[in-house]
Amino acid sequence: MIGVRLQLNGIRKSFGTTEVLDGVSLHVHEGEFVSILGPSGAGKSTIFQLLTGAFSSDGGTIQMNGAALQPQNGHFAFMPQRDALMPWRRILDNTTLGLEVQGMSRKAARAKVTPLLGEFGLAGFEDHYPAQLSGGMRQRAALLRTVVQERDMLLLDEPFGALDALTRTGMQRWLEMMWKRHRWTALLITHDVREAVYLSDRIYVLSARPARVLREFHVPLPRPRDAGARGLAEASAIEAAVLDTLLIPEQAGGPQP
Amino acid sequence: MSEKPSFIARTGPAALAIAGLLLAWQLYADLSGISATTLPSPTRVAQQGWIHRQALFDNAVPTIRATLLGFACSLTTAFLLSILMDFSQPLRRALFPVFIISQTLPLVAIAPLVVLWFGFGLFPKIMLVALVTFFPMLVALVQGYAATEKEIVLLLHSMGASRWRSFVLARLPSALPFFFAGLRISITYAVVGAIFAEYAGAAKGLGIYILNAKNNFRPDLVLAAVGVSATLTLILFGATVLVQRMAMPWLRFEQEPAR
Repeated sequence: MIGVRLQLNGIRKSFGTTEVLDGVSLHVHEGEFVSILGPSGAGKSTIFQLLTGAFSSDGGTIQMNGAALQPQNGHFAFMPQRDALMPWRRILDNTTLGLEVQGMSRKAARAKVTPLLGEFGLAGFEDHYPAQLSGGMRQRAALLRTVVQERDMLLLDEPFGALDALTRTGMQRWLEMMWKRHRWTALLITHDVREAVYLSDRIYVLSARPARVLREFHVPLPRPRDAGARGLAEASAIEAAVLDTLLIPEQAGGPQP
Repeated sequence: MSEKPSFIARTGPAALAIAGLLLAWQLYADLSGISATTLPSPTRVAQQGWIHRQALFDNAVPTIRATLLGFACSLTTAFLLSILMDFSQPLRRALFPVFIISQTLPLVAIAPLVVLWFGFGLFPKIMLVALVTFFPMLVALVQGYAATEKEIVLLLHSMGASRWRSFVLARLPSALPFFFAGLRISITYAVVGAIFAEYAGAAKGLGIYILNAKNNFRPDLVLAAVGVSATLTLILFGATVLVQRMAMPWLRFEQEPAR
């Protein structure tokens, strides 16, 4: 399995009598942007918590770079739903948090993050507190905090869910541009179909709880995704198919070839 | 959105209300013909207080000392215990009921007993101040730790932070607003606690001064001493607000709309 970074096989998880994951299998290639789409409460975040070792699965295997996952090895940089910036830390100190936890000195961590502030649209705001920043800027700071950890893979848990529609679209465009430049291996959780189609190479659609993969979609659209009417029509077709799978799960066929 | 109201607009109503109450009291004392040994007027209280300022000051010093020392003891104990209780659920379950019971003890009954056991010195006063101020701070801290944003805890866990690291990086700063709320509540109990302890038996202090003034039929001096104690409490209260502003510089941005 060359090039496969993350592989989940038949992952099951229950909390008490509530079955959350019912044999979820998926994989992510190196440098690939993959989304997990599903109804609210389907257990999407549970998958991330299994990966970061918040708890362990009841069945199935998780492989990272071909070997069984050891959560304490820290393969993942996690970006939670809301930005989870610490209100008491200035922006610069928020973005260096992961590096400091890894044991890097504050000075070295700052030296590493500072050159990236411009690219993330945060130059001049490093001494501000999170409360002084707009929602979009806070999300960019949270993403910067995530990527500077230089882990094998990004886990993005509905990163734009709390933003207003216009800011969200702006952030999606910006993230696609950044992804094209850096080619992070990324797994995104979302319930925004358009966002998933816009950003992803592949999409897994999950069923309602207990979650399993209903269908896998490939998104073979050229990047950048906001250019060209041809891409737009194809994107709409994929969006419609994804929505049908989500809303009328009985008609969902096997995985798309 | 709206500008912050000016200093006068914020403090004016309170100043007017206090001035109105004092004026009503003054007029009643002057016009009703009530004896000054029953209800002295505010001007008489102020005048007699000024005449006896040296005695008031000499008696305020031990009260301040007992208040601050007792408060420091209770602050340290509450902080250390809150950490232990945050890390150990059995300890939390064992100790919380004990502390709640300690709050049900009526001070009137406990104060003379503590003096009986530990004498007229500083120690029983420190103990009583600590007893009345300890619980609000402990509760505030334990609640504050628990109020840490869940997403921040998950984030730190995903970064590989240890429980202790996570406590220092997230739980402790998250508890700060709760801690200061508890601090403001217990600091107002502190002076009263010290005075109560002195009332039960002391060589010097505002409590014993009030007791003596009452026994000498000098309500004006009782009220003057009350004024001193109220001033002390207000100063301590103001100090906590000041310390909070310095300890939490990000707070002023959170009250404003985001720019």
